[in-house]
Amino acid sequence: MSELEQDAAVAAAIRMRGIDKSFNGVPVLKGVDLDIAPGEVHALAGGNGAGKSTLMKILQGVYTPDAGEVEVDGRPVRISSIADARAAGIGMVFQEFSLVPSLTVAQNVFLTTEPRGRGGLLDDRRAVRQTREVLAQMEVDVDPRARVGDLGTAYWQLTEIAKALAQDARVLIMDEPTASLARHETEALFALVERLKQRGISIVYISHRMDEVYRIADRITILRDGRRLLTSALSDVTPEQIVEGIVGQKIEGDLAYRARAAHDAAEPLLEVRGLCAGDRVRDVSFQIRAGEILGLAGLMGSGRTELARALFGVDRVTAGEIRMRGRVVDVSNPAKAVREGIVLVPEDRRDQGLVLDHSVRENLLLPLLDRVERRGLLSTRAGRELSTSLIERFQVKVAHPGRPVRLLSGGNQQKVVLAKWLGTEPDVLVLDEPTAGVDIGTKSEILETVRALADAGKAVLIISSEYPELLAVSDRVLVLRDGSVVRELQRSEIADEESLQLAVQGV
Amino acid sequence: MSHTTSTPAAATAGAAAAEPGGLQRLLRELDWRRYIIYIGFVAMFAVFAVLLHDEGFLSSNNLLNIFRQTATITVIAVGMTYVIACAEIDLSVGSVAGLSSVVTAMALAHWGLVVGVLAGLAVGLVVGTINGALVSLLSIPSFLVTLGMLGIAAGVAQWITASAPQPILSDAFNLAFGSGNFGPIPGLLIWSAVFVIVGAVVLARTRFGRQVLATGGNRTAAEFTGVRTRRIKFQVLLLSATVASVAGMLYAGRLQSGRFQWGAGDELSAIAAVILGGTSLFGGSGSVVGTLFGALLIGLINNGLILAGLDSSQQQVVRGAIIILAVALARKK
Repeated sequence: MSELEQDAAVAAAIRMRGIDKSFNGVPVLKGVDLDIAPGEVHALAGGNGAGKSTLMKILQGVYTPDAGEVEVDGRPVRISSIADARAAGIGMVFQEFSLVPSLTVAQNVFLTTEPRGRGGLLDDRRAVRQTREVLAQMEVDVDPRARVGDLGTAYWQLTEIAKALAQDARVLIMDEPTASLARHETEALFALVERLKQRGISIVYISHRMDEVYRIADRITILRDGRRLLTSALSDVTPEQIVEGIVGQKIEGDLAYRARAAHDAAEPLLEVRGLCAGDRVRDVSFQIRAGEILGLAGLMGSGRTELARALFGVDRVTAGEIRMRGRVVDVSNPAKAVREGIVLVPEDRRDQGLVLDHSVRENLLLPLLDRVERRGLLSTRAGRELSTSLIERFQVKVAHPGRPVRLLSGGNQQKVVLAKWLGTEPDVLVLDEPTAGVDIGTKSEILETVRALADAGKAVLIISSEYPELLAVSDRVLVLRDGSVVRELQRSEIADEESLQLAVQGV
Repeated sequence: MSHTTSTPAAATAGAAAAEPGGLQRLLRELDWRRYIIYIGFVAMFAVFAVLLHDEGFLSSNNLLNIFRQTATITVIAVGMTYVIACAEIDLSVGSVAGLSSVVTAMALAHWGLVVGVLAGLAVGLVVGTINGALVSLLSIPSFLVTLGMLGIAAGVAQWITASAPQPILSDAFNLAFGSGNFGPIPGLLIWSAVFVIVGAVVLARTRFGRQVLATGGNRTAAEFTGVRTRRIKFQVLLLSATVASVAGMLYAGRLQSGRFQWGAGDELSAIAAVILGGTSLFGGSGSVVGTLFGALLIGLINNGLILAGLDSSQQQVVRGAIIILAVALARKK
């Protein structure tokens, strides 16, 4: 059926014309056009507030546009609910997965569209059979009867895709689909995207990762400030042009390593000896000097995150010691770690970094409550002043510090996490994937902040699975495999991304 | 009075419409869904004032009666606000109050006033420590721990008294805990005022209060920010049981006896007051002043329905309906 349709479909799979949308009088989209051809992977890029998510939410029926038209397969449609979008063949693979963990894969795939048997009762067996068919078409190996909660995140995503396909989606919207995937899972996803393409299914691909976009997308549309800046075949644009288009100005060398003042002379600020924690951190030793940025590279499951958690007192240390300025310190819980001057920017900011429903101000002040305490009571004024100064210092873009932090973009949320810690004047910063899901403009701001902090004499341990980023800031890189340090490389010994890649893969 | 989300414009407009002067600034800080409790309270008060004028609703004696009858629930609900804001629950408060009332009465009869009061407080401290330890150290859900404790405390209270009321003959105790007046002001009113004021200030304006809200809002993030969340959970359960034991002594003083039935079922009224007051059932936000008005609204309804001549079965139905309505309005976005 797909081939037939593809032949017949001269019309675009999706055609959006002159889409306007304002919130409270503030225009977010201004006359945006978007064409998605059948069977193409179309990358959608743009910085914070460029309008990407608003545009996609219009396509999904979450918002209705103030003006403009939407056509699906050449037919004008009105999408005013998620059900309408589904009926029009538009499926969304959510960034935060919209699955019920306690139900099985098949039950999730057919949630609300369960096949019925005699007497109107649910026919679970047919749901399982049909799910198995969809999964077979996707050429992935997932048990339809498995409980979703028992599966890894990669399978959650596959279930999401299966759910969309089971409802005959012709267009899939994927928002940062690789954010939570390991490398081989990402490869598997790309292969799946390729197969979906061949079946004539179009994919709108939202990603901040340039290499991915070049790898799988056919065309790219860049939004800036609510307008469409350009739509082009990827073969016709350079990464620099894209980045420039997103950021709006040429950012120079933010991803190039800059040698900073020598810190060889400095005493080690943090020293870790023979650290063991759980079964993922085995006999790890290293030191970081004041003013130094140490990169931590390793595959998924190499123990990177677990090492960070152990340093911050989240996971129990079973052997070894941690020294600060030569003195053995007790970091058996995060409160003690903070007191010793060690802080962690965790990998999952929504779950571990922020109380999402609380205001930006309350989040910023949480580790700083003793600083705004006056005679046993929290001073509202001192709290306002301190939070405002942090917001200004780290250029968090926030409408009002009293608004919930969940309303901020990912990049600004991450800045809040950073700012809250930097207010405590820590000595050692442990950053676990600090720029995951952050747009490219904010990303370079965050990396710049990291450099500035090291320059100010702090020791930084940065974990990242994006090697260009790791190479941009690290003075030294530790390679972790199976919980142990297998290589230690000076920045000057690493020629390029590929050589780091090889060191990590252990080839 | 702490809160998380606020839409200043809406709250201000509402405040200006319904409340004069001083409260306005206070209310501006509140988000409007929370604000519904104040509207509801004022509306209900106005309705009763008009309809029940001839029954003496507005007489100062009747109004003070409302405070008197609500005092113990208010005190318990202040402690419950912390527990719920911390995303836990304490179902044992009613029977802790009952147990405290009988232990106080018995200790007082044998060893005098001071020992009696200390024994009553000890009930709260012991029960709170057990609740808190089981929840924070063994990670058993507080719903189950305190459900079990509800039965245990009630059973112990009935057992040690052989179901008999324990009269309290100490005038000093009875006057201090509930029977006495300070001039025209009932002592119970002062007790509730102290608990509400201290409770409101501690929740909104101290490190402990802020950490309770953070723990309830996102325990992982709070833990990752250096909040000792186990300790916080322990502390709120200890606090709640201790406050409930004081409420038990207020029952004992007002009714001049300790009895295992005192406080029975109060956990549900307290939870209703807390939720009516705008504290999130899922933790992360809480308002002690809201809780006070939640408790007063319940007391107001009870009083009004009695004056209106409804029998107790009808009262229950109307009260239940009003509570559901109020919560529904408060939830509506």
